[in-house]
Amino acid sequence: MNTNTCYHCGLDCGKNPVKFNDKYFCCNGCKTVYEILNANELGCYYDLESNPGTIPSEIKDKYSYLENQEIVSKLLEFDDGTIAVSEFYIPSIHCSSCIWVLENLSKLNSGVITSLVNFPKKTVRITYKTNATNLKEVVELLTSIAYEPYISLEDADAKKNKVSKTLIYQLVIAAFVFGNVMMLSFPEYFQVEGFWINKYKIVFRWLMLLMSIPVVVYSAKDYFISAYKGLSHKILNIDVPVALGVSVLFIRSSTEVVLNTGGGFFDSLTGLIFFLLLGKFFQQKTYNFLSFERDYKSYFPIAVTKIIDGKEIPIAVKDILEGDRLLIRNQELIPVDAILINGTASIDYSFVTGESIPVIKKSGDKLFAGGKQTAGIIEVDVINVLEQSYLTQLWSNDIFKKSHEKTIKNITDSISKYFTAIILTIALFAGIYWYFVNPSLAFNIVTAVLIIACPCALALSAPFAFGNMLRIFGYQKLYLKNAEVIEQMSKIDTIIFDKTGTITSNEGSKINYEGTKLTSKELQQIKAIIRGSNHPLSRALYDAIIEDCSSEKPIAFNEIIGKGIESSFKDTSFELGSASFVGIEQIELNETSIYVKINKVIKGKFKLSNTYRQGIKDIFKNLSKKYELIILSGDNEGEKETLKAMLPQSTQFQFNQKPENKLNFIKNLQSNGNHVLMLGDGLNDAGALAQSNVGIAISENINVFSPACDGILDANLFNKIPKFLTLAYKTVRIIKISFILSFLYNVIGMYFALTGQLTPVVAAILMPASSITIVIFVTVLTNWISKKN
Amino acid sequence: MEVVYITIGVSVIVAIFFLVIFIKAIKSGQYEDTYTPSVRMLFDDELVNENNKEHN
Repeated sequence: MNTNTCYHCGLDCGKNPVKFNDKYFCCNGCKTVYEILNANELGCYYDLESNPGTIPSEIKDKYSYLENQEIVSKLLEFDDGTIAVSEFYIPSIHCSSCIWVLENLSKLNSGVITSLVNFPKKTVRITYKTNATNLKEVVELLTSIAYEPYISLEDADAKKNKVSKTLIYQLVIAAFVFGNVMMLSFPEYFQVEGFWINKYKIVFRWLMLLMSIPVVVYSAKDYFISAYKGLSHKILNIDVPVALGVSVLFIRSSTEVVLNTGGGFFDSLTGLIFFLLLGKFFQQKTYNFLSFERDYKSYFPIAVTKIIDGKEIPIAVKDILEGDRLLIRNQELIPVDAILINGTASIDYSFVTGESIPVIKKSGDKLFAGGKQTAGIIEVDVINVLEQSYLTQLWSNDIFKKSHEKTIKNITDSISKYFTAIILTIALFAGIYWYFVNPSLAFNIVTAVLIIACPCALALSAPFAFGNMLRIFGYQKLYLKNAEVIEQMSKIDTIIFDKTGTITSNEGSKINYEGTKLTSKELQQIKAIIRGSNHPLSRALYDAIIEDCSSEKPIAFNEIIGKGIESSFKDTSFELGSASFVGIEQIELNETSIYVKINKVIKGKFKLSNTYRQGIKDIFKNLSKKYELIILSGDNEGEKETLKAMLPQSTQFQFNQKPENKLNFIKNLQSNGNHVLMLGDGLNDAGALAQSNVGIAISENINVFSPACDGILDANLFNKIPKFLTLAYKTVRIIKISFILSFLYNVIGMYFALTGQLTPVVAAILMPASSITIVIFVTVLTNWISKKN
Repeated sequence: MEVVYITIGVSVIVAIFFLVIFIKAIKSGQYEDTYTPSVRMLFDDELVNENNKEHN
């Protein structure tokens, strides 16, 4: 039996397969499907109703906040009193069985009318009858079949605007008109004189004019708006010559048609707009399954349980007041800063710092917002409300408030300034010259200059080069927010690394044993014991012990949550756990260890320490040649010496940095003219990621949340960072070369324009030809450099 | 040759008809999730097959 592939869907089971009937499954969804199939002898009866799943006691009260009408109404997309619609994000959707189970929810709960899965987005949209069921029941049903929805504070805020489809409509209309106008303008190109053409060309021309109106007014409107905005800020961006070209093309063509003097340039006009919009569209690669705009709200729960006079009442997180007594269950996030009152806290701060090993806290200790309780139920007293908590107050910083308007001048805009000035000068002189030589031609020449100078090829090279590179990066698992990030990446001169979770790896923490040597049998027994524990430390240790434990079976097993495990075999007893659990003083503070006590004798401890990512030494050495490298960590200086020995001498170190410090540190660097790339992972890097020129979040699992950033990089590909930076740099160089090429086209066109030879057919050939060759040039070259590197 | 007016008229109307249909399709969200329907289609078949077996 192959343990690595799921019995049902054949996918990789990953580290924690679900075992059932001696078969392994990748997820509970596959298991459920198998159970149903199996119980009914391969599905004579496809009835989910006989297997509704049981609600684990742990979640029993977790969703009681969904009885609160105010919270429910925020989660519903639609509610008319009889039918309600709600969409949930379900992180565990990953295979086709998941779709099947989730879309058959109506068989499990008759109140559900339909459920529709969007697989790429991992969402399910559920429509249900409000008189037959309610939101709480639906969510509990989802949870009981192992598809727990992720309901966060963000969902409670105003529903996000749907992605704008305007660009697609603009493009579709431009494409439609371009095709038709081309057909209508062809007869005149092939036949200049004749009875037939003279009779019909007026119809053709008017049709073209009519069709072009929506393209100019609707499809091209963003260019006019952008040009206007640019001019009112006294910036000559690339849209200024584009808008100028479009309007001159349209005005001249329309006058020709109205005065019946010629056919106009409608095919060039619509083609130009079509190509420009195509470039825009190509640049807009979005990764549906990722979000680059997350703040703490998408991590934090929407409601929490408050204890009032011994009664548990769910309240919205926003309504938490200082001094409230809260109840935090296992696997729940602590939404505000609080003091532990009751119970043992084992807090996992991996959301915040990237450190995955939980920290044990005793009553009276301070707990920071963002930590996740991993051991049983605790009671806490609130000391700071949501907005004033240690972590969340970071978001009150200005950097998160300003909507990112395009403040950076991009590569195309920076040359369009000169371009526009030159074009206008040429047009002016040409106009003066021809006014004296042949005044009747002056208007035609001036408009021809402005038409041919319309920088279509120029405006297309950057979108296509960056757009293509964006896709290439995507294939290599660096997901960027938009194409402009690549340009920013090419300008980087300083790289800042967070330590924990970024240059150290969360998986495979190094475990060293200190103390009396353990025999192989003892190791086997320890492994057999911790197999029964779900604690993250136990799992890490289980993976680290290489001995085979299948022959050992403990006869007694008792896990005291947050402390340790007592267990025994025939002739030996074991105690595994924290220092206080085995009954000794902890020597080193801030260490993470599992102490081992066999037959009442303390043998030693397994000490966990972080491992650095593979090849980190080479990456730093490689990068230090070109970039200034800084380690910016929230941790203490404990690892400084190790890092110093490992990394190049020029690397700078900053320890004990609070989230605000990190942000300000980058701000300072930027005010000194540095372009900063920040690599981080946790929420505590969120400020730094937002402030830096390029902020890239390192993620062990792309589907898990990462803070707001410009890009998300798969942690396994950390060693490719130098390559990505080189590619970004080279892409910009390709764009610069393509600029020269498009200038050459303009020079050729200018010759036709200035000599008065720019007929519609010349424009109809020259303009698309230049655009298409530029597009091919940058696409081929960007593909080539990415293959070569 | 007056038929050209009719043919052009018809062709433009047909073209506009398709344009409108295409824009409606975009609006209805058909292109937002191009993966799930392909899987969903197969499941429906599976359900029908199982039911058929039962009846046989």
